[in-house]
Amino acid sequence: MKKSSGETPLMTSEQILKGLRNRDPRGIARAISLVEENDPLADEILASLDDSLVDQAMVLGITGPPGAGKSTLTDRIISSYRSREKRVGVIAIDPSSPISGGAILGDRIRMMGHSLDQDVVVRSMATRGRLGGLCAAAGAAVRILAGSGCSVIIIETVGVGQSEMDIIRLADITALVLAPGLGDDIQAMKAGLLEVADILVVNKADCAGADTLAMDMESIARERGGKDNDYTKVCKTVASEGKGVDNLLGAIETVDASHRESGERRTRRKKAYDLEVLDWALEMIRPSIVEKIEKSDIERKGDPRLWAAKLLEQT
Amino acid sequence: MVNKGKHPDYKDWEVKELASSLNRFPERKEKFKNHGGEEIPRLAVPDRVDEEYLENIGFPGRYPYTRGVQPTMYRGRLWTMRQYAGFSTASESNLRYRYLLDQGTTGLSIAFDLPTQIGYDSDYPMAAGEVGKVGVAIDSLADMELLFDRIPLDKVSTSMTINAPAAVLLAMYVAVAEKQGVESSKLNGTIQNDILKEYVARGTYIFPPRPSLRLITDIFKWCTDHTPAFNTISISGYHIREAGATAVQEVAFTLANGITYVQASLDAGLELDNFARRLSFFFNASSDLLEEVAKFRAARRLWARIMKQRFNAKKPASLMMRFHTQTAGYTLTAQQIDNNIVRVALQALSAVLGGTQSLHTNSRDEALSLPTEESVRTALRTQQVIAHESGVANSVDPLAGSYFIEGLTDRIEAQASELIGKIDKAGGVVAAIEDGFIQRQIENSAYEYQQEIEKGERIIVGVNEFQTDERTKPPLLRVDPNVENAQVQALKELREKRDNKKVEEALANLSECARNTSNLMPEILAAVKTYATLGEICHVLREVFGEYRG
Amino acid sequence: MTVQKKHRVLIGKPGLDGHDRGAKFIARALRDAGFEVVYTGIRRTPEEIAAAAVQEDVSAVGLSSLSGAHMTLFPAVVGALKNSGAGDIPVLGGGVIPDEDIGPLKDAGIKEVFTPGTPVEQIIAFFRTACEAQEGPRT
Repeated sequence: MKKSSGETPLMTSEQILKGLRNRDPRGIARAISLVEENDPLADEILASLDDSLVDQAMVLGITGPPGAGKSTLTDRIISSYRSREKRVGVIAIDPSSPISGGAILGDRIRMMGHSLDQDVVVRSMATRGRLGGLCAAAGAAVRILAGSGCSVIIIETVGVGQSEMDIIRLADITALVLAPGLGDDIQAMKAGLLEVADILVVNKADCAGADTLAMDMESIARERGGKDNDYTKVCKTVASEGKGVDNLLGAIETVDASHRESGERRTRRKKAYDLEVLDWALEMIRPSIVEKIEKSDIERKGDPRLWAAKLLEQT
Repeated sequence: MVNKGKHPDYKDWEVKELASSLNRFPERKEKFKNHGGEEIPRLAVPDRVDEEYLENIGFPGRYPYTRGVQPTMYRGRLWTMRQYAGFSTASESNLRYRYLLDQGTTGLSIAFDLPTQIGYDSDYPMAAGEVGKVGVAIDSLADMELLFDRIPLDKVSTSMTINAPAAVLLAMYVAVAEKQGVESSKLNGTIQNDILKEYVARGTYIFPPRPSLRLITDIFKWCTDHTPAFNTISISGYHIREAGATAVQEVAFTLANGITYVQASLDAGLELDNFARRLSFFFNASSDLLEEVAKFRAARRLWARIMKQRFNAKKPASLMMRFHTQTAGYTLTAQQIDNNIVRVALQALSAVLGGTQSLHTNSRDEALSLPTEESVRTALRTQQVIAHESGVANSVDPLAGSYFIEGLTDRIEAQASELIGKIDKAGGVVAAIEDGFIQRQIENSAYEYQQEIEKGERIIVGVNEFQTDERTKPPLLRVDPNVENAQVQALKELREKRDNKKVEEALANLSECARNTSNLMPEILAAVKTYATLGEICHVLREVFGEYRG
Repeated sequence: MTVQKKHRVLIGKPGLDGHDRGAKFIARALRDAGFEVVYTGIRRTPEEIAAAAVQEDVSAVGLSSLSGAHMTLFPAVVGALKNSGAGDIPVLGGGVIPDEDIGPLKDAGIKEVFTPGTPVEQIIAFFRTACEAQEGPRT
């Protein structure tokens, strides 16, 4: 690795691994970057992680439409967990511009109060217009954060595109955050997100329409649920004032306990693991397939699926 | 001098508003004449004054005030030439104020440093490097006393650019006046006290919106009784424009904020026609001269209509939008700074043609650092040249009737009104702020504007066109780095000299008051007199109200 | 991954100054040029900015100051980065900064200073160069 003209060289693999073990912020950050880039060092990094830590950590998904106050709520949730002495990791996902490929990663603004707390690690990640690979990257980041000792890892995402929807499946427990007055165009979004939500949060609960929204959500939850639906909770919060957050944590705990007992947690983890494996696998074969397609000199005519099948036979 | 053939409304205006104004004070001259001896008309009107004219253009000093809020405007009194100043220590600022008063300014305008604006003392860790930089550092009543040393508060009008901790600074001003033997009812001036724009354009907020509105209405109430000649709010569009908004957005967001303050005051039990007369506004004078003139006229008319139709205000004073203007800081360049003098002159001209009540003209070196004495003098002279040499002050609203100006005035009013409607639909300004709607609108406009410059679609002379190689090296004003040390030292001494028991008591009372609903001003005034520091007072309030996170 | 690597940068405003028009513009312009920009907003201490820069593994930090406090605040960010073992991350500064201060700022470790009127293309190019140098020959 190149040594820059600055004070210290960019980290060597030993330094990164050591940093991970010692919970050094830079080591953790570098590790996440390297795995996200599928750097040759990624294998070593991931192999060095303590699996039991990954097993024990709780992965909490926070999703919902823009304007619901997710980041403010996440900030408060972090504070609550910190007051319970838990080490917290956060992965905040923001959409990349489809035109330029760049992104403004602005979720962090709401969490800056925790910047100097060594036991809060926040990582912003852009979707990078990926149809795949986002789960792989985020999943790896979750592992690294868990491996560095985070017992709670929060994934925060908007939940619009398919890729963001998938991200949420990495979580053990998902909270869908809504707020009154956000408009009807989020109905469609809600429908998809309601599938994955374990807890429904009505934020800005002090605003007009909050009670109605909460009641609507409660009836939807009841409809959706089957026999064991008594744990699809609806929590009310006023994130900007920190109200209702402890109650929310209580609901999370209840759901968590219930999932562990019923085996749901294990089932979800297996599904999440499979999803990550699939994502990695696709990412790994993608380059060779792309190369084959580009190098191919057949006429671009007729049914593309036939040709695709042929290509796969050859791999 | 009454002509035959005038519309009856015109004559009515002459015998009512005009006569009343001339009774109170005459025009500056017996006759206004040009070099050839011809008399300059007070008010140019079309040959045929029709319904359309009466409804939309009208007469100065009469609803809807399109042509101005006073019948004689600058023929009666020129606008107040109010130059914003203040930096480093209170005693240095004091010297600068006395210099300006000698040079002919008719009002003082005080700039405070960032720690003061955010309610921090000069020894607060985050104040490091910021003390005395963008304005004067006021840590306690002691600093305020130095600031106004030998300035008789019953003889000046003082505008204080202070928002989140406005109550505290106002209390200090009142306390200084008391020591001078001046009754609070004689005090003249303004506190900016406009917290809503801070959240979207300026960033010097402390508390969240709701407790901030409570503080503001407490100030309104207290001042109605104790400082009736003081303007208790300067609802500001200047900073919104500086942040990148368009002219329409400047009008819309400013007036929407005004609506919010009026509503909050009504909700707090205040009588509309009692407090509305003390509301004042503060606008930007940007570079598109004709658009700016139309903007000021549109804003004035729109506000009058809002106060009448939405709030049912009865007294004329409640319908009149009085405003201060500052020329646009964001248009000034670091390259070829003398060009800035020209920019400021044209911008100032637009404000005068638009009917402003007071005006601050920026200095040419504003893009680089705080202005030198010479630059400040030139900025003041700019106003004086416009007032005494250009002739535009000799007739009221001279551009009225121009197809261009009237058409644009109508359009700006319509578009601003529509945008206000959108904010209403979003649940009002506070909801729109929490949602980020207003911030996004401003950001998008700012981005477009800058991109136009980068692409060369919008020419900025000396920057992307007509550049020169030489870098002008003007004499810059540097803030003495020892200012911070001096303030910190003074704070230490203050804390030793004062009666700390009294301070503690006062702060405890303040905390109690903040937790319930009584008016905060008396407690703040009491605390200020014990020489409790600004930081200590604001800390108490932060604990009770919380802090806003942007 | 098959996706292109992105340059990650942080844009922030240290100190009490709340005028973020310039910083927001640069953040957006960088995004439009393909960068991933961690925007940390206003009213941050140098330590907070440095901590964020480290956690986000950015290749460059951009600071903005219009209140005249840059001589204190910009070097403080450089110092805070050094203390976190990240002294190699280049720090660029912009805002209302007199010419005479540019030399001392560079001596204090600021890689480049952008004064008002600098074309945004130039600023982006500089960020790109700084990031490429920082990231080195990554495959």
